[in-house]
Parts: sequence; structure tokens; C-alpha cells
Amino acid sequence: MRRFQGWYWLLLIVALLAVGMLAVARGAVSVSLAGVIDALRGRGDPTAIAIVRDLRLPRVVLGALVGAGLGASGAALQGALRNPLAEPYLLGVSGGAAVGAVIAFSLSVSSDAMITLAAFAGGIAAVFVALAVARVGGRSARADVRTLLIAGVIVGAFANAAIMVALARAEPNTVRGALWWMMGSAADATWRRVAWLAASILVAGGALVYWAREIDVLSLGDDTAASLGVDAERAGRRAFLLAALLAAATVSAAGLIGFVGLVVPHIARRMGLRAHRPLIMAAGLIGATLVVAADLAARTVAAPTELPLGAITALLGVPFFLVQLRRTS
Amino acid sequence: MIEFRDLVVSYPGARQNAVDGVSFVGARGQLTALAGPNGSGKSSIVKALLRRADITRGSASIDGRDVRSLSYAELARNVAVVPQREEAAFPIQVREYVFLGRYPHLGLWRAPSREDDLAVDQALSQAGVEDLADRDTDALSGGEWQRVRIARALAQKSPALVLDEPTTFLDVAHEMGIFELMSSLAHSGLAVLLVSHQLNLVARFADTIVLLDRGKVATTGSPTEVMRADTLESIYGWPVVITRDPAVGAPALVPLRRPVRL
Repeated sequence: MRRFQGWYWLLLIVALLAVGMLAVARGAVSVSLAGVIDALRGRGDPTAIAIVRDLRLPRVVLGALVGAGLGASGAALQGALRNPLAEPYLLGVSGGAAVGAVIAFSLSVSSDAMITLAAFAGGIAAVFVALAVARVGGRSARADVRTLLIAGVIVGAFANAAIMVALARAEPNTVRGALWWMMGSAADATWRRVAWLAASILVAGGALVYWAREIDVLSLGDDTAASLGVDAERAGRRAFLLAALLAAATVSAAGLIGFVGLVVPHIARRMGLRAHRPLIMAAGLIGATLVVAADLAARTVAAPTELPLGAITALLGVPFFLVQLRRTS
Repeated sequence: MIEFRDLVVSYPGARQNAVDGVSFVGARGQLTALAGPNGSGKSSIVKALLRRADITRGSASIDGRDVRSLSYAELARNVAVVPQREEAAFPIQVREYVFLGRYPHLGLWRAPSREDDLAVDQALSQAGVEDLADRDTDALSGGEWQRVRIARALAQKSPALVLDEPTTFLDVAHEMGIFELMSSLAHSGLAVLLVSHQLNLVARFADTIVLLDRGKVATTGSPTEVMRADTLESIYGWPVVITRDPAVGAPALVPLRRPVRL
């Protein structure tokens, strides 16, 4: 196994900054790198300043935050659930958030903040329903983390059914809006949305980093974790909730962007990281870079048509995952 | 010292108590073996000690302190356990793995000190796995992995050690190696509690055997006192004879054949 070197951190940060700069510069109107730097400092062509500061930069930062949240969430979740195939959307979060957003759309809510809020509330509600289902399904009051995972999948499936019922009766415009949202996109980035997502990620991601050593121990199994002084049920539930919070925040900000939470932790592990504190942080950086790059591709590959970001990440993620699966088997 | 007093563990919905009034002591400097048929309550006793199963009545204590009065971290500093199953999903370097045994001392943020490094070095050498320190856990054989797990428990530096079926799936040499290690650890001053099906090996190595039957202590004492044909026959429901091990003179169990007529 490769050992992680200190300078890899520099590599990860430089990669994110480079992809970020490129993503700010490229698009329907391309700006030179020097132009981008000038615009960021408020100098030069006012059109370039407007494009860079008000259109591209919030979009790129939003994409980076979404990727960071999904990567960190996936890394924590795979460790806590001891399952390399676990990913944040399996918790029922995505389905719940989509239900929240679709309800908002079908009530003709147009306020951006309200849709974000509805999606976030839907995602969190789904997690709590999953927790309740797991408690009913589990043999004791203390629900096993794996029961939680299955409960999440069930809640997600139910949410999808609810969305289809809701959309079957909806106006064509609502359907289009909801569909676009479900495919995931960073296009509607605003600084307010960026700030809201940044705050959520700082809180939930910071908490995961704080409790990361507990996840190291938890990844050895519940009995071993208990023998090392960790209340396995409580620690598992905490990791589950924080990971769900991160995922719900990203989904409410940019819709469903699949495969990032699944694939990114594997890339971080391939770099030689095992302990969850650095693993979660590296997964955040890698996820950010990946989503910014995918969003750049979504904007430019078939320009002027913009492709759905969630489809791009899935197109990149599936082959990567197949290669990974072949290597491990 | 590990002590159980009139311990009762019952699971919700079960008709019988999994553990039904068990009392015994695992003293320091001794290898105490907990044996009995499948479902006789061995694992539930370990779970109760770890607070993984609720104690319905009675108590489990370590050095006189009830486990329910200890925090999880305190408990882990007082008793180290090598559970029967461990499903680590991701490989990790052996040294890092053994270092996780320091978690009860380090907690979430404290940086490892010289003392922690020493404890890990010592644990690796006691378990005889220094040479494996740089390997990954998925590159270990079954015997090596069990020793590495024991090293992790030893790194906890707790006065009591519990091992749940540590030699399942191991060949004769590795099994003997583990039993020798447990015996030395006990005689170095630890209170070692071993859950095992291997009655013959237990009879050679253990100082005391506690034989369970359907949640109760059927008999307890030295190997010679416990290894009696009539007792074992009634507990296991299978005809047996007890002989003497020709090499060392320890009592040995020989199950007789009872052919199935088709």
C-alpha cells in the first residue's frame, strides 16, 4: 500500500486552485488568466469583472463546497459503516431532499431560499424517519448502523415513489424545474447560497473531523470499538447524522450529484490515507476539485448547451468505480 | 480481577435468560477458561462485561468496580477484549492498527507520547509480531492476524484481558502458539479470561475452568475437577470418555462415535 506523504497536501490544494482558476476563466466568454486575476482585484474590463465576480466565482465556489461536503460525508460514512460501497445518498437524504424541493416546486414557490430550505428540511426529515424505522426494525432500542443503512435505502425508495406521484399531477413547468434540480446543477449559484452551504459544511464537516478518531475505532467493528472505549451505537449514530447533514446541505444547494461521495473516499485511500481525520479532509479537497472540474465540463463540452452536472459526475464515476472493483477483486 | 456475581442477562423476547445467575472470578496471574456448548451464554457474559448487553440482575466488575459505574474509556483502560469477530473493511498498517489500542488513553485529540509508542512496541514484541509492523492487515495469515489483534489489546495496557475464541480456524501450531502466549501473559500478572471450545487445550493450559450449561455454571474448578465424563456427557449430550494426555498427563476428552443410521 502506498504511504501518504506530507507534500501530497500541497498537491491537493494546488490541484483545487488550478482547476478553480481554469473554471473561472473558461466558459461561454473566456477570460485570460491575467484577466481573471485583474477582475478578482476589481481592475480592468467591467464586463469581465461582472462575469468573474458575480457569475463564475460563486458557481465555482459552490461546486467546490458541494464536492467537499459529499467527499467528506462519504469518507466518514464508509468508515463508520465499514462498507466501501456506502455513500451519502443511500441514507435517504437525497430522496427526502428531492421530496422537499418537489413539494416546494408544486406549490409554485419561486423563492430560491425557500426551495433550498424545503430541500434541506426534506433531507433531514428523511434521516429522522430512517432512524425511527431502524429503531423499529432493530432487535433492541439501540439500532445497529447497518440497520440504519437499510432503513435509509427504504426511506429513499419511498421518497422516490412520492416524487413520481407528485410529478404525475404537476404542471409541465414544475416537472421541468424539478427534473433539472434532480439532475444536479451549480448553475443557480448565488453568494447567499454559497454562504449558507459554507456554514453548514464548516459545522458538520468540522464535527466529523473532531470525532474522526472515533470513526477509526468504529471501522474495526462494533464489538472491537466497544472494547476500545467507544459507545458504538452512539458513535455510529453521530457519524450517520453528521454525514447526512453534510449531504442534505449539498443537495439543497445544488440538487443530486451522484457518485462523488462514493468514489472520492476511494481516491483518498489510494493515496495511502487510512486514519479518518486526514482522510475526511483529503476527501473534501478531492471532492471539491472533482466537482469543479465536472461543472467546467458540463458548461463547456457541449456549449452552448449545458449538460446536467449530476450526469457528468455519474459518467466519470461509473467507469472509475468499475476499475476500482476490478482491482480489488 | 474480573468478577461476576449472580449475573443475569436476558434479551427482550427471549423465553430463557441467556445468562442465568452466573458467579465466578478471573483472578490476576491466572488463566481462567470459560467453556460450554454453543448457546450456553459465554458470549453474553463477555458482552455484559463490555456493556454491550444490559445486565438484568447481578453484577460484572473489574478490580471491585462495577462496569456500569465506569465510563466506556475507563472500562477500556481496565479490561482489553479481543472479540470473536472483527469485520475491518479497509486494510491498515499493522503498527497503526495496534496503535488504535491506545485510543482509550489518547481520546479524540491527544497526540501520542513516548509512553504510547513504548506501549505499542512492547505489545508488538509480547505478541511476537514486531516483524509484521510495516505490513498491511490484509496481507496477514489467519494466525498472524490473531496475534496482531492480541497485540492491539495488549497495547491497551489494562490489567485484565478477555479473548473470545481466539483460535478458531487456526492450525495446530498457531493454536498452540496462541495458548502459550495467553498462558505467559496470565503468569506475567494479567487476569486472562479465555472463552474457548477447545476443551483439551483449555485443560492443559487453564488454571481454572468455568463450564457453562444453558446460562448457568455447571461446574467450576481445576481441569481435573471439571473434566469428568459424566458431567461433560450430560452437558454436551454426547458420549465421551476422559483419558490422560500421554505426554503431559492433563485430562483429555475423547468424544465417542454414535453413527447415524440412514
